[in-house]
Amino acid sequence: MRRPITARPAGFSLRRRLVWQFATLSVLLVVVLFFAVRLAAERASRASQDAVLGAAVIAIGDGIRPVEEGLSVDLPYAAFSMLGAMGSERIFYSLAIGPRLVSGYENLPQPPVAPGDLSPVFYDAPYHDSQLRLAAVTRRVLLDDSLQEVTVVLGQTRNGQAAIARETARSAAWVGIGFLLLAVPMALWAARAVIGPVDLLAGAVTRRGPRDLRPVRHPAPRELVPLVAALNGFISRLHSTLQLTETFIFEAAHRIRTPLSLVRVEAEIALSETDEEETRARLRRMLRAINESSRSASQILDHATVLYRSEQFEPASLDLGQLTACVLRAVDPIAEMREIEIVSSGLDLPCPIQGDERMLEVAIRNILDNALKYSHDEGRITVTLRQSDGRAALLVEDEGRGLAPGDDRLSGRFRRGSNVGDVVGSGLGLTIVEEAATAHGGSFILQSRAEKGACAIFYLPLA
Amino acid sequence: MRFLLVEDSDELAAAVASRLGLDGHGVDRAATLSEASGYLDAAPYDLILLDISLPDGDGRDFLAKERQARRDTPVIMMTASASLSDRISTLDQGADDYITKPFDFAELQARCRAVLRRHAGAADSRQRFAGFTFDGLAATVTVGDEIRELRARELRLLEIFLSRPGQTYSKSHLIDRLFSFDEEVSDNAIEVYVGRLRRKLEGSGAKLETLRGVGYRLIPE
Amino acid sequence: MRDLLLAIGLILSTGLSAPAFEVEQERIFGDPDGRELTILSTTDVPAIAPVLEAFASANPDIRIRYMQASSIEVYRAIHDEQAEIDLVMSSAMDLQMKLANDGYAASISPDPGGLPDWARWRDQLFGIGLEPVLTLASRRGLGDLPPPRTRRDLIAMLRENPALFDGRIATYDPQRSGVGYFLISQDSGQSEGFWRLAEVMGRLNGQLYCCSGEMIDDLRAGRITIAYNVVASYAARYAPDDPDLIRLVLEDYTFAILRSALVPVNAPDPKLATDMISFMLTPEAQRIIAASAGVAMIPGTGPRPSVYMRPIRLDAGLLVYSDQLRRDGLLAEWNAAMVQP
Repeated sequence: MRRPITARPAGFSLRRRLVWQFATLSVLLVVVLFFAVRLAAERASRASQDAVLGAAVIAIGDGIRPVEEGLSVDLPYAAFSMLGAMGSERIFYSLAIGPRLVSGYENLPQPPVAPGDLSPVFYDAPYHDSQLRLAAVTRRVLLDDSLQEVTVVLGQTRNGQAAIARETARSAAWVGIGFLLLAVPMALWAARAVIGPVDLLAGAVTRRGPRDLRPVRHPAPRELVPLVAALNGFISRLHSTLQLTETFIFEAAHRIRTPLSLVRVEAEIALSETDEEETRARLRRMLRAINESSRSASQILDHATVLYRSEQFEPASLDLGQLTACVLRAVDPIAEMREIEIVSSGLDLPCPIQGDERMLEVAIRNILDNALKYSHDEGRITVTLRQSDGRAALLVEDEGRGLAPGDDRLSGRFRRGSNVGDVVGSGLGLTIVEEAATAHGGSFILQSRAEKGACAIFYLPLA
Repeated sequence: MRFLLVEDSDELAAAVASRLGLDGHGVDRAATLSEASGYLDAAPYDLILLDISLPDGDGRDFLAKERQARRDTPVIMMTASASLSDRISTLDQGADDYITKPFDFAELQARCRAVLRRHAGAADSRQRFAGFTFDGLAATVTVGDEIRELRARELRLLEIFLSRPGQTYSKSHLIDRLFSFDEEVSDNAIEVYVGRLRRKLEGSGAKLETLRGVGYRLIPE
Repeated sequence: MRDLLLAIGLILSTGLSAPAFEVEQERIFGDPDGRELTILSTTDVPAIAPVLEAFASANPDIRIRYMQASSIEVYRAIHDEQAEIDLVMSSAMDLQMKLANDGYAASISPDPGGLPDWARWRDQLFGIGLEPVLTLASRRGLGDLPPPRTRRDLIAMLRENPALFDGRIATYDPQRSGVGYFLISQDSGQSEGFWRLAEVMGRLNGQLYCCSGEMIDDLRAGRITIAYNVVASYAARYAPDDPDLIRLVLEDYTFAILRSALVPVNAPDPKLATDMISFMLTPEAQRIIAASAGVAMIPGTGPRPSVYMRPIRLDAGLLVYSDQLRRDGLLAEWNAAMVQP
């Protein structure tokens, strides 16, 4: 039986590719998530901390009062307390009139633009070894009869903010990594979901019988509809090609054989009507050539039939004995012409097999043809059907010239035994037999007999 | 014997008819199934040679109708197809045998004889010559009360001589008729069969005369 | 005004170029040849000695150099001079907070034991002990007068008996004492009545002291009758069983300040200093400290704080008290109240 040829994998697996793409995408997602969350967290915490910082600087500004001795500031305990509560930041402040420091830390960076007294100006600047976020407001106070502008600067480090952002982003990354770990099984699952219908479709097509060339109606996902359509197109082409092949075999047989018959009959008549020896010899050569070509045509057609049938192998329950008897009946008159006796035994016992009747008939006829061809006139052919070890063996023994040493494999296509001499034959006969045997899971052996002649054994598994 | 040949190829039909004529059979030719029905209605036949594909139908359907009408004239199907199913179906529908084109005439003869033999009694195949009676279907010669069986080649040889008694046949002519062209047979091979036939005809009042350098002929003693 | 600002500027600039800090007392504990742990503290030696001795005996290869200084000196030593000290302890919470905020305190991770959250500032400042701030009175000095229970009682008593208390009432000098300044800033924030007390004290020629010790000495010598705002550990230490001394836990409020420790960023041996802090937070050390202060910081290591007691938490808000302008304003107000025209 012919095994279906499997497609060569294209070096990648759809499933693995899907999983990789999914995983890569997830990694990308995790990275993007990490940075996006970090940015968002930074923005959010900066905004909230700026709000507190702004409120605190305004509270300080509100505490500035001119007093007799000069300037009084009631630094709000609560504002500082609140600033201090927001993470582990350090707090710096300064009050200055113009360039003169009134209170607080020296050399604290001043705002890049002059702040108003309603809303603070925010800015970043380095101070000593820290990076500060600062807010500044101004307040106008009457000092020594002149309106002075006091700049209040309040700054804090933002180590905690960065740490919070990092921490948040890290949490997001953990979530992402968790997602990533989920993604691989998810991708596998998705790949299975995607490939599942393909497998189902393949299964549905594989389960079909050899003669089932109906279009595939198996429900397929939308994405696979083009594939199914292409498959159906292919099936219908195959169907019509097979039909064409069958028609061709029949047609070829008919077209070749009918004219050949005519030529042959005419030649035979011509031969019987002439006494001129030269013409007769010519006609004889002609007849021999016709015989050869008719035999070749016959065997080529048999071979085509066997190939076609084994592609479309559809075994039925048969009885090998009955089948052999039927073939023997058809061959009998030919044997009788040459006074060859065909002796059979074991054909009347039931011998159930699973097989293709036409292929087996072609095979058995070719075995008998071969035996007849190499038998001497008035010779004897023994046909025996045996059953043992779960298989049937059909033995066809002749008393002809047998096989020359080294001819054991005679079934190679168009090869003939080396000692066939003048016997007409294309050499395809035994190939046909062997292929029919193989298609049935059986085998075929042709061997010389000890005394004389050859023995052909055709093995088939019993049903 | 009276044969009906149903074959649409005119040339082939003519050739087959004349070849069968050589063996002394009378042959009517029909090119279509309707023509064949006409012949069958008009006269009885000993054997029908029926092609499968004919212009007005399938030979197998025709055969099936014949058998339904309980006409059991033996039929040999002639098929150009190697397909077994065709052959099986012909047999199922009541054909007595089939022969695949192109056929060896000797094979056709052999099959015809085999079929006719199975239908023995339906036709009288006996022929008298000199002091013996020849039964082609039974493959016997009867000399007096003695029935002598003929082997295949003896039978055919006698048929050839009896188809035209007195006619001289050359050795090569006889070889061509007796042996397959696939075999290379020496002229002497025929002498063996002539010798055997002479023994079967001993005391029959007929003799196979050797005309040296020319051939043989069957004449009454 | 311009002169004032100039003066502030001068103070700040002279602060930077101040000479080496002034140490009042110095003592060595443990093996003289051992690894040295330098401690700069406001706590005077007798109050802390048992703890240090315990640590030294537990770690025989250690030598503790203990230096006691005023809270302002402690602050200056670290802030202005970056002195190489391993461990700094001070009761001036605002100054300790400022050191931490200004980046002079290292981040450390001692074993905090049962240290409550309010008694630590991040991983830089760690409370060591509570020090209730009491008012002391001499029974003899008071005569028949009942001891006051609140500040209101105290003010009324002082007003009604000016002759009895003239020149015989004492408190910290906020200009000289960091703790003193811190206490009046707390008082002024806590109650408006404080300024009336200050006025009364000014009218009665109140005496200003630099340190608790001197105040207690004068109280026991009969030179003063009432000492307002005395850190309790001194009171407990100097007069554990003096029947003449009355400890007044004023019922309107009584502060408890937190003595806190930090390891300077430039500490030569921060690991050892951290171990010292861990040791001081152990129940044994805490029991010693609580016994000296009369109140436990870590629950279960000594007497619970009385219901009138308000411990001051370590909080960034403390930074406001070290503000120069605020300090100047507060001191100006103090002077106005105390120094009667």
